[in-house]
Formats: sequence, structure tokens, C-alpha cells
Amino acid sequence: MPTLWFILVAFMLTMYVLLDGFDLGAGIIHLFAARTDTERRFILRAIGPVWDGNEVWLIAAGGTLFFTFPLLYASSFSGFYLPLIIVLWLLMGRGVAIELRSRIANRVWASFWDGVFFLGSALLAIFYGAALGNVIRGVSLNAQGYFFEALWTDFNPFSANPGILDWYTILTGLLAFTALLTHGANYIAVKTEGTLNERARRIARLGWLITLPLAILASIATFFIQPQVLTSFTQRPWGIIFPLIALAGLLGAGFFNLRKRDMPALLSSGAFILGMLSSAAFSLYPLVLPATNRANSLTINNASASQYGLVVGLIWWSVGIILAAIYFITTYRRFWGKITTASSQEY
Amino acid sequence: MDTSTIFSRLQFAFTIGYHYLFPQFTMGLALLLVILKILYLVRKDERYNTAVHFWGKIFATTFVIGVVTGIPMEFQFGTNWALFSSYAGGIIAQTLAMEGAFAFFLESAFLGLFLFGEQVIGQKWHLVATILVWLGTWASGAFIIASNAWMQHPVGYTLANGHLNISDWVAVMTNSWILPQYLHAMSGAVVTGAFMMTGLGAYYLLARRDIDYGRMFVTLGVIVGLIASFFQLFPSGDMEGSQVAKYQPAKLAAMEGLFQTQSGAGIVILGQPDVPKGTIDNPIIVPNVLSFLTYRRWTAVVRGLNTFPADQRTDTVEMLYYSYHIMVGLGTIFIAIMALALLLLWRRKLFQSRWMLWVLMLATPFPYIANTAGWFTTELGRQPWIVFGLLRTVHGSSPLLSTGNIIFTLLGFAGIYLLLGLLYVLMVVFEALKGPTAPASEETTSEDAGDVGLMSEQA
Repeated sequence: MPTLWFILVAFMLTMYVLLDGFDLGAGIIHLFAARTDTERRFILRAIGPVWDGNEVWLIAAGGTLFFTFPLLYASSFSGFYLPLIIVLWLLMGRGVAIELRSRIANRVWASFWDGVFFLGSALLAIFYGAALGNVIRGVSLNAQGYFFEALWTDFNPFSANPGILDWYTILTGLLAFTALLTHGANYIAVKTEGTLNERARRIARLGWLITLPLAILASIATFFIQPQVLTSFTQRPWGIIFPLIALAGLLGAGFFNLRKRDMPALLSSGAFILGMLSSAAFSLYPLVLPATNRANSLTINNASASQYGLVVGLIWWSVGIILAAIYFITTYRRFWGKITTASSQEY
Repeated sequence: MDTSTIFSRLQFAFTIGYHYLFPQFTMGLALLLVILKILYLVRKDERYNTAVHFWGKIFATTFVIGVVTGIPMEFQFGTNWALFSSYAGGIIAQTLAMEGAFAFFLESAFLGLFLFGEQVIGQKWHLVATILVWLGTWASGAFIIASNAWMQHPVGYTLANGHLNISDWVAVMTNSWILPQYLHAMSGAVVTGAFMMTGLGAYYLLARRDIDYGRMFVTLGVIVGLIASFFQLFPSGDMEGSQVAKYQPAKLAAMEGLFQTQSGAGIVILGQPDVPKGTIDNPIIVPNVLSFLTYRRWTAVVRGLNTFPADQRTDTVEMLYYSYHIMVGLGTIFIAIMALALLLLWRRKLFQSRWMLWVLMLATPFPYIANTAGWFTTELGRQPWIVFGLLRTVHGSSPLLSTGNIIFTLLGFAGIYLLLGLLYVLMVVFEALKGPTAPASEETTSEDAGDVGLMSEQA
């Protein structure tokens, strides 16, 4: 049962990164892809009806993590105290920026919120990547399963007292930044026409070119940082499928970008993110939060809630997620197609 | 209590107190939007639909601030209350996660349809979307109340290895604490929504503009406001009172300012508690009423604070006492204002009684104070417990979190929330001054001027 919930929580977090990923990416590129006020509004229209729903996946995943693995939730949220609160501030600033930007027709007002939207999106992408890097690297958990990490200490991932930021987590942060940038650029390319579409595709190509070496570097570094990764792949070799999905996605994103086929490129950059995240989840399993002192690591067994709670949760969760899937399919179908001057009449 | 726990309490109180300013309005307004939409479909008067659009925009603005200030709430259980989270997360997070699965997804999907979909889906389905948005906001409230009710009155658990496991999900979901608290909180939200609508309507009438809408808002607001204000007192407030008396007598004694056990206890209307001396300064007390309200007998014995050991009762008697008295005092005044306004409305004198319109306009902010005071009452009164009778607050905070880090984030929240508050007031005042009939001019603007996102107005 804990294994099933490990997969389901990982699934929800992946859904969050895939969905909110493209609107974060849109925020990262919008200053560069969109030059005029009209173009920037196009980008906001492209994410306007969906960003809020995408973000609900984060809340839902957080709540699910909380009731299925209470100790993991308690330990990681209190240990990553500062970065988490900063993430909350960024989420707030970004949400308000999207909604308020066009409410007052004033150049300075709009520019201010454009800046907040960009900074919020960019820093969130980096923080998410660094957070994943921290979880892979492990933290200095005590025997009770708690820790507290400063934002940075000595920037050394092998340190006995690691910080949130070291060269490894900065690397994963940058990788997340370029991967989401590419993903977002692909999304904007799908949703737009003309020059905006052209620029988005060019940005996606640039993003892809930087993502490639970063992905290789980060993947290699991971094997040195976290010995569990090698163990997982040698014990369960079928797991190689996850890195292969990532690789296929990465190659596909480049290939379709050159062919100017935006939708397959978007699906490919999605597959890359999916592959990377599932590789990370697979290679950590059964750990959920590795400790620098291995004996203190949190695993799916010592961090999970009671069997009864997990079973009863599965029943209502299944109903909830089916309903959510229906809403999402309806919303996206209603919003299908490119944002054009005609379709923007709706907004 | 160590300083890090105190600052975690301050931060939680501040962030949730601030957050709840917004949902209380959206939950109340959502119901009023449903009523306006039904009135439009029944009476076929276009003005009701214009009112739906107008309040829909204010709803959307409020909703966004509610969403962004709500995200930190779920996270703070883990960041600041780690020991509580690992102790009780297996139970309390069931209801929190259900809120995400059943309420947030619903709201996010149908709010977009409600705001932008009217032309596409037609009027009947737009009513359905409006109702679903209303149900979504109220479902959200239900799950949060279920979580809080469990902290007030834990049920359906077993203790194992120093933490709680859920043993009976049905018992948690049907906790007897939920219904009174839910009814009380929801009608409190309707009071806020009704007073906002009435207040703005009164402003339009006083300013002699948008007269039709001013009358519509005042009429609907006063009728709904009186029903909800009365419902606050009876039955919901009465139900809450009796369960507090039954299960949390120390909370009752502190909030009523009853220091000594008495038969035929009087109710303190006004006065300042002197806790070390155990007296009320400058008291205005109505004899025997507390006994009657609590036990339905004029001479019943009510336990005073003196019968509870210091570690079994709240650490902030004064705050609790004032919170409760502010809530009850304002609640009583709301009933009086709304009853008087309804009387004038019935005698067809309300729209000419400018003094009454002034009262209605100036009353607008007070339901926010009453609702906030109500939450302070219930939460301060639960102290020193975070899970009543099971886990003390001081044993629930994050073990390795330093005070300095909490003050850093508390100051950050304070700054950001100040800015958010200013922006929100700016936006709402802007909409209110534009008025309900303003969208007509917007419709003629080109697509370029169309808004984006949740708050945009249908062009």
C-alpha cells in the first residue's frame, strides 16, 4: 500500500510539474518572446484559463503527501523551511501578477507585473529543481527524522551539513529552469501564430541546446551523489525505461523543433520532464528522503500512515481524481487551439 | 512556551486570520450570486444579470487573493507544526486533502466557466456553473471545518507509537462538532457577503447614482443579512455554545469571564477582566442568563475558571474574553440593524431614510471583525491544546526551527500581505466606483483591450 501511494504522490507531483511547468515556462520566456503589450497579453491569454487549475495539483499533491506520509511531510516541510516559504511568496507574486497586470491600462503598472511574473516564474523553476536535487542528495536527518537546512553552507553536496544550495542542487535547479523554459516555449509555440510562434520556437531551440549538456551532467553527477541510484538500477534493471523515456523526449523535442512541429515538440518536452521525474522517483525508491547518515533515512515504510488510513484514502482519492480529470479534459478542450485575435474575443 | 512556538502561533494566527478575510466574503457572495442568477432567470430582468457580472468581477478579485493567501496555510502545518503534522497528519490531512480533491479542482474549473463561459454555454448552464462555484466554495469550507472540528473534538483515532492513526473514517467525517461549527461559520460568511452588498448599495443610493442597482443590492442584502444574522444567534450560535459547554467547559468559563463557579451565573455584557485578581472591572452583568443559555435552567451551576488547573485552560484569558464579547456584541448589533432596515423596507421608507443608509454603509467592515473574533474565540479557547486533550500546542511545533527564521518569514508575510491588501482594496474600490453599468462601455472596446485571466470581463 505505501508503494502504491508513493507512485500516486509521485504521479500528482509530476502532473503538477508538467502542467504548471508550461505556464512557469511561459512566464520565463514572455519578456523575450513577447515584445509588445498585445503580444504579452496573448501569452497571458494562453495560460489565463488554466494556470490556476494547474496550481491546484500542487495543493492536492501536498495534501495527499500529508495524509499518506505524515512524517515525510512534517520532516521535509519543516527542514526546507526557508525555501518553501520563499516558494509560497513567489507563487503569490506570480498569481497576482497574472491577474492584475491588465486590470489597469498603464504602461508602468503593466511593466512592473511583467517583471514580477518573470522573476516569480524563473525563481520557482530554479527552486523546484534545487528542491528535487536536495531530495536526491539527501539531508542531515536526525534519529527522530527531522532536520533543518540553511539556504547554503559550503556549497559541497558531500558535506556533513549540506545546505539547500550546493553545486549539485544548483545544477539541478538550472536544469529545471532550462527544461521548463523549453517546455513553456513549446506551449507558447503551440498556442500562437506568426512572429510570436516563430520567436517561441527559436527560444525553445536555445533552451533545448542548453538543456542537453545540463541533463547529461546532472544525470552523471546523480550516480556519484546518491549511491541508492546505482543500487536501484542494478537491482531492478527494468527501470531503465524511465531514463529512456527522458532521452526519447529530449531527442524528440529537438527533432520536432527543427521540423517546426510544435505539438509533438511540446509532447516531447513533456515526456522528457516525465522521464526525468520518474527516473528520480524510481531510483530513490524505497527511500523517500535519504539521510546523510543512511540509518536515519525516511522510507516508504517508516514515514507512511496506517494501513487503514491509506486504504480509505484510496477510495475517496480515486473518486476525486476521476472528477478532476473530467474537469481538466473539459477545460482544455474548451480552450483548444491557437490564441488568435478572433478567439481572444472570448476573453 | 518557548519563543519559537510563540512566533509560530503568531505567524499562523496572522496568516490564517488574514486569509479568512477573503473566503468569508467569497463564500457569502457565492450564495448571493446564485440568488441573483435565479432572480434573473425567473423575472427575466436583464439588470439582475448585470448585477451577476458586476459582483462576479469582485468575486474573482477576492477569490484570487483568497487562493494565493490560502496556499501557505496547507504548507504551514508542515513548516511550523511538524510534530503536530506527524502526530495527527494521518487523520487531519485526510480532510485537508479532500478539500483539494473535491473542492479546489471543482472551483478552478467552474470559476472560469462562470466568468467567461456565459455566451458559450447559455443561461441555464451558466446558472449551473454559478451553483457549482457556490458549492465548491462551501465544500472547501466544510473540509476545513471538519479538520478544525477534529482538532477541537478528536474522534475516530487510535494511539500507536506516539502518533495517531485513523481508525474510523466515518466517525471523523460525521464528528458531532462539525455541524454546529459549519453552520455558524457559513452563516457568518453570508453575513459578510450580505453586509458588503448592502453597504455598496447604500453607497450608490447615498451618492444618487445607479439607483436601480443600489435598491436591488440593499433589498437583497438586507433580507439575506437579517436571516443570516439571526441564524448566527439561533440555532447555530446556540448549538456551538452548548457543545462548548459540554466538551470544553474551560473555554466557556474564560470566554464568558466567569472566574468563580456559580449557580445562577450571570452573563457579562461589558467589563474588563482582571485575571490575576479573578474579577471583572466595571461590570455590567445580567444575572442568571448564562446559566439559562448554557443549561436552560436559571439556577444551573456553571463551572468557573477557578476549577481548572492552570495547565488545563487557555493562556490568554483576556484575548479570548474580548474576542468572544466582540463577536457576540457585533452579532447582536447586526440583527438590530438588519431588523430595523427590513422594517423600513417593508414600510417602503428605507430608500428615503438616508440616516439608515449611512448606518448600512458604515456597517460594512464589521462582519469581518466579528468573523475574525469568532475564530479567535474558538482557537484561543482550544489552548493549551493543539489537538484538544491529546497534544499540547507547545509539543506540536517544529523541533529544529529557530525563532530567527520564523521572525524572518513572519515579517515577509506581513510586508507581502500589506501590499496585497492595498492592491485588493484598490481593485475593489475601482470596480465599485465604475459601477455595475460600466461593462457596457467595455464591450465596445477592441479585443486588444480585453483582460486576461480569471478577472477578465467578457468582451
